Amino acid sequence: MKEKLQNTTNKCWSVAAIAGILLIWQFICVLEWVDGFMLPSPIQVLVAFIEEFPILMENSVVTLAEAFIGLGMGILFGFIMAVLMDQFDVLYKAFYPLIILTQTVPAVAIAPLLVLWFGYEMTPKVILIVITTFFPIAVGLLNGFKSADRDAIHLLRAMGAGRWQIFRYIKLPGAASQFFAGLRISASYAVVGAVISEWLGGFAGLGVYMTRVKKAFSFDKMFAVIFLISFISLLLMKAVDILQKKCMPWEKE
Amino acid sequence: MALLQVKGVSKSFDKEEIIRQISLELKEGEIVSLLGVSGGGKTTLFNIIAGLSEPDEGEVYLDGENITGRPGKISYMLQKDLLLPYRTIVDNVALPLMIRGKNKKEARKKASSYFNEFGLEGTERKYPAQLSGGMKQRAALLRTYLFSEKVALLDEPFSALDMLTKGAVHEWYLDVMEKIKLSTIFITHDIDEAILLSDRIYLLTGKPGTLTKEIAIKEARPRRKDFNLSEEFLAYKREIMGHLEGENSGLAIK
Repeated sequence: MKEKLQNTTNKCWSVAAIAGILLIWQFICVLEWVDGFMLPSPIQVLVAFIEEFPILMENSVVTLAEAFIGLGMGILFGFIMAVLMDQFDVLYKAFYPLIILTQTVPAVAIAPLLVLWFGYEMTPKVILIVITTFFPIAVGLLNGFKSADRDAIHLLRAMGAGRWQIFRYIKLPGAASQFFAGLRISASYAVVGAVISEWLGGFAGLGVYMTRVKKAFSFDKMFAVIFLISFISLLLMKAVDILQKKCMPWEKE
Repeated sequence: MALLQVKGVSKSFDKEEIIRQISLELKEGEIVSLLGVSGGGKTTLFNIIAGLSEPDEGEVYLDGENITGRPGKISYMLQKDLLLPYRTIVDNVALPLMIRGKNKKEARKKASSYFNEFGLEGTERKYPAQLSGGMKQRAALLRTYLFSEKVALLDEPFSALDMLTKGAVHEWYLDVMEKIKLSTIFITHDIDEAILLSDRIYLLTGKPGTLTKEIAIKEARPRRKDFNLSEEFLAYKREIMGHLEGENSGLAIK
């Protein structure tokens, strides 16, 4: 009870801070300290958001579809990689350094290449998202598998459990919290990855919308779409939290 | 014939001999303890009996069948309760049944049917983190029992508990053992616990570890409440301590 109260007051402070920043921003615009054309006021942004709402939603659907397909495949791919590397030490030794290496290549740098290879449709976008999202999942899961309690494995072996039973009863559930930590990161990567790859070429999506309003110097719409993207990322992360609570009921207390 | 027989088991690690020529037996329904200092090879011996590691020489027989190096026949409980934090108590307890291929529903049903007997009623749907240390140990013992109704090996099962809890758990343990008659070997380094709980005590001493003495506790079970304050109890304790001291001074001279 007390903790809940504490939590609410904590939230109050952060809400107050955000409101304060918006207020200062509004003041700066009203007092015309900055050229009104370069920096729209929060209210102007809100108006632009409402006016553009149907178009924004249309584009969001495209971006979200890319993000979900990419994330889904990234999870699948990351999961398979982690399981194989956990079960076969040779694969671990061979591929773990390689996986780390792929992460030093910035996603933005390979995106143009993907566009050249796969065109302006969904394929290059999904591929980019898979590349960026599978890593946190694979590494999180793998660390979870590797940190399984040795005594617990010992005990299950004594019970006559085989390799897959040990995996099923000890390693997999034991890696749950690390999996979700990875998924949180991957979920936000997925949205950002989708937007970036849309910048480089596409027919619809929030990234395409962004390049379009940029060319028109519509700063208010720029801000509207930026806020929308961060809002979508937040929403996805919240969804991961809810999913985690549902999947890990033992963590409640 | 004895239910479990260990015949001439020896084991070395990295050329260092840990245990030498150990033979012991366990009769049906008996509680036998293995008493000795930490690091004396007790756990090594248990791993061999449980089939988790192969002895360099010697065999283990259960009901006359050679089970050397074959896990899954004899149940094993470690010092830590090792209840899996992400499974409810009933699912933890039912785990050995599921590993043996029983489906979830059946396994849960069978596991639940023992909860009253083990004093665990009402904890079925709780998670281990919500239980006290003593209760967790009860759940771990029930899991051990469901894993094998024949022979259980308990590796310092009560050593993580504090003094007061320990007393209560001992009482509960003897009470449950009366009901389920599980033949048990347990490791301990607590002399009082060994005398209080067992029918026979093997003393494992020296380096490499050998069984140097066997003491039968001729106090009928269920034992009277004040057994641990009686003259007989003290006499057993003196005998054990005398023997251990003799062994140690022998070591010192070497």
